[in-house]
Formats: sequence, structure tokens, C-alpha cells
Amino acid sequence: MNLTIDELHKLYASGDAKPSEITQAVLDRIEQTNDRLNTFLTINKEAALHRAAEADADIKDAVQTKPLAGIPVAVKDNMCTTGIRTTCGSRILGNYIPPYTATAVAKLEAAGAILVGKTNLDEFAMGSSNENSAFGPVRNPVNEGYVPGGSSGGSAVAVAADLSSVSLGSDTGGSIRQPASFCGVVGMKPTYGRVSRYGLVAFASSLDQIGPFGKNVKDVARTLGVIAGRDRYDSTSSNEVVPDYVNALTGDVKGLRIGVPPECFGEGLDAEVKTSVEAAIKKLEERGAEVVEITLPHSKYVVAVYYLIATAEASSNLARFDGVRYGFRAEEARTLSEMYKQSRDQGFGAEVKRRIMLGTFALSSGYYDAYYEKAQRVRQMLCNDFAEAFQKCDLIATPTAPTPAFKLGEKVNDPLAMYLDDIFTVTINLVGVPAISVPCGVSSNGLPIGLQLIGNHFDEARILNAAYAHEN
Amino acid sequence: MPISKEEVTKIATLSNLALTAEETGSFSVQLAAIVEYIDQLSEVDISNVQPWKHRSAGEAPTSYASREDRVEPSLGTGIALANAPDPDAGHFAVPKVIGG
Repeated sequence: MNLTIDELHKLYASGDAKPSEITQAVLDRIEQTNDRLNTFLTINKEAALHRAAEADADIKDAVQTKPLAGIPVAVKDNMCTTGIRTTCGSRILGNYIPPYTATAVAKLEAAGAILVGKTNLDEFAMGSSNENSAFGPVRNPVNEGYVPGGSSGGSAVAVAADLSSVSLGSDTGGSIRQPASFCGVVGMKPTYGRVSRYGLVAFASSLDQIGPFGKNVKDVARTLGVIAGRDRYDSTSSNEVVPDYVNALTGDVKGLRIGVPPECFGEGLDAEVKTSVEAAIKKLEERGAEVVEITLPHSKYVVAVYYLIATAEASSNLARFDGVRYGFRAEEARTLSEMYKQSRDQGFGAEVKRRIMLGTFALSSGYYDAYYEKAQRVRQMLCNDFAEAFQKCDLIATPTAPTPAFKLGEKVNDPLAMYLDDIFTVTINLVGVPAISVPCGVSSNGLPIGLQLIGNHFDEARILNAAYAHEN
Repeated sequence: MPISKEEVTKIATLSNLALTAEETGSFSVQLAAIVEYIDQLSEVDISNVQPWKHRSAGEAPTSYASREDRVEPSLGTGIALANAPDPDAGHFAVPKVIGG
């Protein structure tokens, strides 16, 4: 089943298929695979079929005017959807039904998309393997013994396994790009502020960003164009004009300067990943791009900086889950204080508690200067490093992840080892720039490998075009 | 830096978490390993740099927009209470506060 947007729109335009038929086929496939892959936490069956049936009538015209007319989409279950359960993969929000819809999701629907379901994730988007979900892990459709990556594992699998055309994930430290890499699909984290975060349940507010997954670069470009832009409900969303990302896909990379930082190709990088990523860079060079050596001198510290800042922000953001206004409440508590503590202890999983604890520690009296403030200073140094690098190059190329997907259970008892996997992705969130992961090869045991292309603020069009040149 | 169980208990109190004895033990070991890794930051010379400050979109033009302070329709009590574990006569009911 080819679910790319162009292909579906061709079928719709010719009358060879209708949205209701495609939606039914996708829902059937979800029902057949969900016991095994555990991709969806909620299947939006009735509403999707109803919406698809409504779309049937004028679909031939709609494909001309609405960029996602009749397109089945999936959304990570940390984005609010009116009337549809939104769990964040957590017991504490197991029965939460939001009274409003996230702007990015509302924009998808306004563009004609059909929401088929809400996808599984690491609890509160905290994880790199999707094993931290309170509703069980997601499996990688390429090889079901392996993790799909995280935290947007379900959204990556939805696209990889043809359970939706495109999907939305959120990326705080690599949560779109790393699962895209592990599952062999395209995933993009836009510039901080490019897409409204309104209705995205906050993990780390200075790092979180919503972005799309697709089978190809063009679908990602189109979906980004739909969800990007200023939103009055998110004061950090940008007024910067949204360019036509699809039109920017010329495939012409002549004269494009691609920076390659040696710090990202050294110790700890899997040999097959290194070979594939270097070959991908070579391919862009053969098409006329120019490879320049740059340096990112503080790369060694990025995981430490990230896990201080992200957890500090999380400890503050997750204080709101206290069993009062929504979510799980421990029944046996006799006082308010006991109720808070017990609801949170029983409602949150181990990784979320670990991160709240680490963040609280980094912010606590006596440690604030040595940890949190120090991390913010090194974060500024990372921003300076990138500003300097972008004087010499237009894009930066690195691997998305140091290895292909790992086995389910392999790192589940070693949180630090799991954190170190994020070494190439977290910096991008700390600096606030956009980056994409595109498939660039397969390991000897058949697992996908991803190339990460990083651009300067609001340079998504250039990234997408280079990714498109690589793809074609 | 080792993190004692007492320290873990103190952080748990600040975090509003009632950890089990088992959790306190495992967090003590795991947090110590993470903090030991993070301690490599101590070798970075930060004397010439200011802490990063939140700006919209990094170095790019900011869009911190203030809007007119105007009352708009809101959810209303019924919808706002719909997810509450213990809604009571238009309020969020909670266990005893004083003495808790």
C-alpha cells in the first residue's frame, strides 16, 4: 500500500479511490498490527470514518485546494485532541480527555487530514526507545526484536508500517529524528518557534518542538508547511514568514556548503553508521555541494548539559500533575500532602520520576550554581559554536544516532547508556536550530541508518532541499 | 559524587514524590552515576560567558508578542471540572489541607 500524499491525491483526483476506502484500509491494517507493534494507544475509528465519508463528496476538488485532503495522519499522544483521550503514555493521564485541540493538530485537520489515531510514546516523551510507555513498548516493524527509538516511536512506526501517510511527533532532544533513523523514515525537528506548541503537553519548554514524519522528504515538507506559523496561543511561536517548502525542493545543491564536524565521527560511532553517513555526504558532494570542515568544540559536554536543563524544566512542568484538576488520584491518602505524593508516585513511571528527581536536584539550593546555571552557560557556548560554524557552512551533516536500533530490553536498566545515545541530537534542541533525519543506508543485519542535516534558524527549506537531493 | 539515601529522600520530598524503599535505593545508585557523568562539566571554563537566556528561536528575530488584555470566552466550570478526580459542587475537592 503506497500512502504517500502524491500517490493518494493521484488516486483521489482520478476517482480510482475515495478517502473512505483508504481510511478503512488503513484502520484495518492498524487493527491487524496493533497487538504486535503496539503503535496506537487510541484508534480514532468512528470519527475517522465519519470524516472520510464526508470528504468523499468533493475530494476531486479538495485535492487542488487542501494540501492534506483525505490524507490519513497519526498524532503522538502528547498532543491534546478535543474529546479524544490523551495519555502522554502515562498512568497519571490514563483517562484524560482534553477540552481543546493542539494548534498543530487543528491545522492538520483544517488542511483536510483524517486523524486515524493517537500514537504510543515514552511516558511524557522521556526516553529513547519507547520502552518507557505505561502502555507497553512499541516494536520496530523492520525487526520486531528491536526498539523503534523514542520518544515518538509510535509516530515513526505509524509511517514506517503504512498505518498513516504522515504523522506528528515532538522532539525535545531527538525524539523525532532518532526514531525516524531507527525505522527508516524521514523526520524533522523544526526551528524552535516554527510550530506552535499550544496543546503539546510540556516536557522541557525551552527545547520542545512539534514536527512531522513522512515516507519521503516531500511529504515532510508539505506537512511542515501546514503546521508552521505564528499562533496567538503560543507566545514563543514566530512571526517569521512560512515559505513554500514543497516549491523549495529543486534538488539543486550546487555550491551548498556542508560542514562536517570531526567531533561527530570519532569514538563510539558504529562503523557501519560511519560508512553510510560518509557515503551520503560524498553523494551530495558529487551533486555539486562543497564539503567544509568545521568544529563543534564543546560536543563532548552536550549530553551533560541537556540532561541538566531538560530535567530541570521537566521537574517544574510536571509539578502540575498532582491529582487535583485532572488525571490519576491515589485513593488512600488522608491529607492533601499525602495525596500529592502518593498520586505522583503511583501515577508516574520510573524514568519520569528519575528525571523529576535529577531536575529537582539540579535546581536545589546548594547545587543550582554548580549544575543548572553552569549548564546554561555551556549552552550559550554551544550556541556560539554553532553561530561560528554557520559562518563557514550552510548546513551541518552528522549521523542521527551513533548506532542503528538496539534490541528491546538491551539498555532498559542503564539510564546513562540510554542518555548517551542522544549525543548527536540533543545539541540541536539546546541551540534551537532545525534538523532532519533521512534514511541513508541499512546495516548488515538489515536495520536502517539515518543522516542528520542541521541548518541555521528558520533554514528548513534549505535542509529539506538537501535531503531531497540526497533522496533522489 | 555519591548521592546518599538521605539525599534522595530529601530530593523526593522537594519533588512531591513518596518513594518506596526500593525506589530510594535504586535512585541513589542511578542518580549518582548520572551526576558523576555530569560532573565533567566542571572542567569547562565558563568565566567569559553569560548563562543562556530564553529567547524565541535562538539568535533569530524574536516574536515575544504581548497582546491586548481582553477577556475572552473560557471553558466554563462544567468542562473545566470534567476531568477532575473529585469534582464537588463547582469545585475541585481535595483531602484535608490543615494538618496535612
